[in-house]
Amino acid sequence: MLALIPLFPLLGFLFNASFGRRVPKTVSGGVASLVMLASFAVAAMSVWQLAGLPVEERVIDQTLYTWIASGDFVLDLTLRLDPLSAVMILVITGIGSLIHIYSTAYMHDEPDSEYARYFSYLNLFAAFMLVLVLGASFLVLFVGWEGVGLCSYLLIGFWFKKKSASDAGKKAFVVNRIGDYAFILGTLLLFTHFGTLDFRQLADAVAPLPPEATFGTLSIATLLLFIGATGKSAQIPLYVWLPDAMEGPTPVSALIHAATMVTAGVYMIGRTAVVFTHAPDTMLIVAIIGALTALMAGTIGLVQNDIKRVLAYSTVSQLGFMFLAMGMGAFGAGIFHLYTHAFFKALLFLGSGAVIHALHGEQDIRNMGGLKKQLPVTYWTFLIGSLAIAGVPFLSGFFSKDEILFETFAHGHWILWGIGALTSLLTATYMFRLVFLTFHGERREGAIASGSHLHDAPPAMAFVLIVLAIGSVLAGYVGVPHALGGSNLLGAWLEPAFGIMPAAGEEEAGLELMLMAVSSTIALVGIGLAAFIWLKRREIADSMARSFSGLYNLLLNKYYVDEIYDAAIVRPTVVLSTDVLWRGFDVRVVDAAVNGAGTIVGASASMLRRLQTGSVRAYASSLFVGVVLILGYYLWR
Amino acid sequence: MFNSSFDAVVPMLCVTLAALAAMGAEAFRARDEKMPIGGLGIIGLVGAGVACALLWNRNTSSFGVIVADNFGLFVTMVLVIVGILTIMFSSQVLEVDNLPRGEYYALLLFGIAGMMMMATANDLLVVFISLEILSLAVYVLTGIRRDDPRSTEAAFKYFLLGAFSSAFFLYGIAFTYGLTGSTRLDRIGAFLAAQSMSDNPLILVALGLLLVGFAFKISAVPFHMWTPDAYEGAPAIVTGFMSTGVKAAAFAAFARVFLSAFEPFSQQWVPVIWVLAAATMILGTVVGVAQSNLKRMLAYSSIAHGGYLLVGLVAANQIGKAAILFYLLAYAITNLAAFGVIAMLASSNDENEELRDYKGLWHTHPALAAMMTVCLLSLGGLPPTVGFVGKWYIFSAAVSSGYYGLAVIGMLTSVVSVFFYLRVVVMMYMSEREGPEPVRPRIARMGMVALTLSVILIFYLGILPTRVLDYAAESIATIF
Amino acid sequence: MGLQPFLVLSSALFCIGLFGVITRRNTIGILLGIELMLNSVNINLVAFSRFNGSVAGMVFTVFTISITVAEMALGLAIVILLFRVRRTAMADHLDLLKG
Repeated sequence: MLALIPLFPLLGFLFNASFGRRVPKTVSGGVASLVMLASFAVAAMSVWQLAGLPVEERVIDQTLYTWIASGDFVLDLTLRLDPLSAVMILVITGIGSLIHIYSTAYMHDEPDSEYARYFSYLNLFAAFMLVLVLGASFLVLFVGWEGVGLCSYLLIGFWFKKKSASDAGKKAFVVNRIGDYAFILGTLLLFTHFGTLDFRQLADAVAPLPPEATFGTLSIATLLLFIGATGKSAQIPLYVWLPDAMEGPTPVSALIHAATMVTAGVYMIGRTAVVFTHAPDTMLIVAIIGALTALMAGTIGLVQNDIKRVLAYSTVSQLGFMFLAMGMGAFGAGIFHLYTHAFFKALLFLGSGAVIHALHGEQDIRNMGGLKKQLPVTYWTFLIGSLAIAGVPFLSGFFSKDEILFETFAHGHWILWGIGALTSLLTATYMFRLVFLTFHGERREGAIASGSHLHDAPPAMAFVLIVLAIGSVLAGYVGVPHALGGSNLLGAWLEPAFGIMPAAGEEEAGLELMLMAVSSTIALVGIGLAAFIWLKRREIADSMARSFSGLYNLLLNKYYVDEIYDAAIVRPTVVLSTDVLWRGFDVRVVDAAVNGAGTIVGASASMLRRLQTGSVRAYASSLFVGVVLILGYYLWR
Repeated sequence: MFNSSFDAVVPMLCVTLAALAAMGAEAFRARDEKMPIGGLGIIGLVGAGVACALLWNRNTSSFGVIVADNFGLFVTMVLVIVGILTIMFSSQVLEVDNLPRGEYYALLLFGIAGMMMMATANDLLVVFISLEILSLAVYVLTGIRRDDPRSTEAAFKYFLLGAFSSAFFLYGIAFTYGLTGSTRLDRIGAFLAAQSMSDNPLILVALGLLLVGFAFKISAVPFHMWTPDAYEGAPAIVTGFMSTGVKAAAFAAFARVFLSAFEPFSQQWVPVIWVLAAATMILGTVVGVAQSNLKRMLAYSSIAHGGYLLVGLVAANQIGKAAILFYLLAYAITNLAAFGVIAMLASSNDENEELRDYKGLWHTHPALAAMMTVCLLSLGGLPPTVGFVGKWYIFSAAVSSGYYGLAVIGMLTSVVSVFFYLRVVVMMYMSEREGPEPVRPRIARMGMVALTLSVILIFYLGILPTRVLDYAAESIATIF
Repeated sequence: MGLQPFLVLSSALFCIGLFGVITRRNTIGILLGIELMLNSVNINLVAFSRFNGSVAGMVFTVFTISITVAEMALGLAIVILLFRVRRTAMADHLDLLKG
């Protein structure tokens, strides 16, 4: 039955790839959405069946057939449903279905053949993503891993007529290949040491070993796997492709570059949790990289003006949170955040898609503003998403983010906790900057005259937004911590999948409550800060436009405060973010490294090409040189 | 041992008869009469395939110099597949280019017969004769477009360097014969195993010269210089044929000579082939990146693939040997199909083989573009295609034999190579043509059938490779 | 007379042929060089056959002679074709295909 889950989207892909051009949009879009819903139904049934099993036996294996067998090496193509993959398939098929439905409306202006092409890629992506999370061995996971990379590449470059889109696709592909390379090396290293690629057998082989005190084989292997994860999940230093990936259609950004594919790295670490826990050095590196990525992407998000880029950096930042959790050994918390993040980030992206759709492609928030009244559904759902991501109490993001911060604190990593808390503040600030600039205030000059009537999201899109908004509010309640009288259902559900659960200490409920209060305050302060800067100052600017005298002094004073504030906090942050982190590090160092590798290959290619002169005598000489080298080696060794 | 049974030569006899029939048909053909000469070839090849199936596991040998062991039969089957696909692709090409049918098919079939002989040869003399049979046929096929300056230039370069390298090869055979007193591989192997001769410089010279001869045929760096030129100048389908058939036959003989007769000397030849493999993978990939002509790009890619096969030869453990056979099959089908697409898109006055000619192909020929994509992804080694399984096998063989360096180089180069394969995909799917659409011929149904078959095989062997891998493992078990 | 002088003779001829292939500009000259290389091997084979006391080498030589003839005939045919199409017999002028 497990095989049906990826099979449905695959059938959808085959249908749309072969007949999509000849059928009307309703058919191609309908088929694509229906197969996802069918897949969701099967997934839900399978998970139900899984939940019916006793805790220790919660694994359903389905061996389709023996994929590769030669000599002593046998590899079955096995799909495995366990609590971890259960969460993942529900997220992928559930949110995937919603995004398919949303896309039927969003992509409606495309010609028939392009529409079918879009849905065939999207279905293919879903199929590969499901293979990725259901695969019981590294090799099956790798099939999905490569497949989603390919689909992501095709979808980023979907609007290939825009040069930036095809460039972005290329960048994503090249950066991901670097990660994949490390990933294969790590896999092979584990294979040569333990002789298996199956996750469970690997875990059984590793579990009895003591954790590595020095930087040994397991540390190297896990580090290589982690480099693979940084490529897929956009972490330092391989995160650069994700912001550019926003050139793809917005639903794609929501599905692939927010909710599912980019979390594959987090998932992979969760899947090999036993191996990672035996490599404490790598774990610390994972945590540090995660925290730094979270902070850096958060600061950059503060200064971006493209609505989707803000969300992209926010995704990078939230993924950093997840890696921080993984690095702390709090795998449950990381997956919990992955799960809640899928809801509110998909919601935010789809909301931004609705805005872009209404404004006919405008993405610059400086040209927006005042959309609250004209796009009420979009506004309210977007607001809920923003509250959730900011960590406002009792919405989904609050529970998961707090758990991560608590775990970090409880493990005694004060600095990392500090970075995490600071990032939470930034998160709240940049998200509400986005909300206020987009939806509040007055409409600013833009591509569309401010008087023109705007259409709110069409029914299919509105429906999806509302469902996701409800999800963003409620999704967190599966993991209410013990400190708040909950029972952390999700954590308990996931426990068996990770083999080892670090006991974070339930007696520290007081500490947890205190930390919750701190982070709630942080979230509210962040929102307030955003309101103060981006709402207040604009009001001042507006009233100044109406009357030049009267409250001038007061206004001037306030303005003065603003200026100090601006100079003391915002400006340095902006400078740091823009000039140092974004322009400096992002563009110069990382881009240069990526381009540099390309340049070296290109340069040596054109150099070597020149050897191929076309002269047959030169060829004969080269052959002769080869003979001399080989015989020389033999005779004068 | 020395029985005079004809059984082992039946497959190549079938093909030779078909070739003779093709020549006869051409001779008695009226000027404008259409004859299904290609069909004759397919009948002969199918006969050869049936003969292979019947000979499987029987381990017969004819006159002691041709042995139909499973290893040879596996490669023969690969050659049968290559031959059938080539003939199916050829019909349209011959039509469009107005090439002489009888001669073309006769040469093709003689070439295949030579390849089959090479794959089953158990005697250095027979290896040399079969090498020449297939080479002469392929030289002519390369230049079969007699009025095209590039085609003739390619034929000339290929011929000249080929003859040059055969001189080295022959010299190596002469030394081997002189030192061991025989040209039979089993006797050479027994002789070398019995006496320790590793300090004799002449046997090392012989080894080196034989290595050069084979390295030339499989276009290992630095003996590869002819490859891009010959592959670019030849008609696309001939390129597809020679980049797969010749390589398969040469590799079979290479493996047989080095893994059986010269096995006692593996200490001596492994380091050299290690270097050749590394250089071949790197150069093939790196220079491939800079190409703007699709045929030339695939020529460099086929050089790189030769490097991967050499990795299997270096690893030479049980997995590695089976991996060579499987990879030969994987590569043969995929590469031939890719060249088949190029061949089908070439019109009589313009080959349409520059990368830019493929812009927006998806809009005009969606099926061709999709199948080409599958071929390119398989060449790049992406799952779930056959190319992935082949590469996985080769590299895991290298790792389990402890050749980490080669495995790392191999993976790195295949990462880079995906870049240029995907560039073609991008051209086909993600760009719009500027300027007028290139003139393309009507796509023949036969070619589409061949292409569809190849794509099905690519997926079948990628998803269910076990059975064929078992065959490959069995084949290896019979001789080494 | 021992085996040595024959081997020296044949390797000398081989090297002369090799030198010819690499230095001659005229395609016919290059072909002659290759022919010389191939024939030097025949001396080797016959000498080995004589000193090993087996006829296999002689048989081999008969084969190589006929194969060499076929090969050279084909080579000349290609050179003539080339001359017809390109109006040149100089190897260095053939550089349509490169890179």
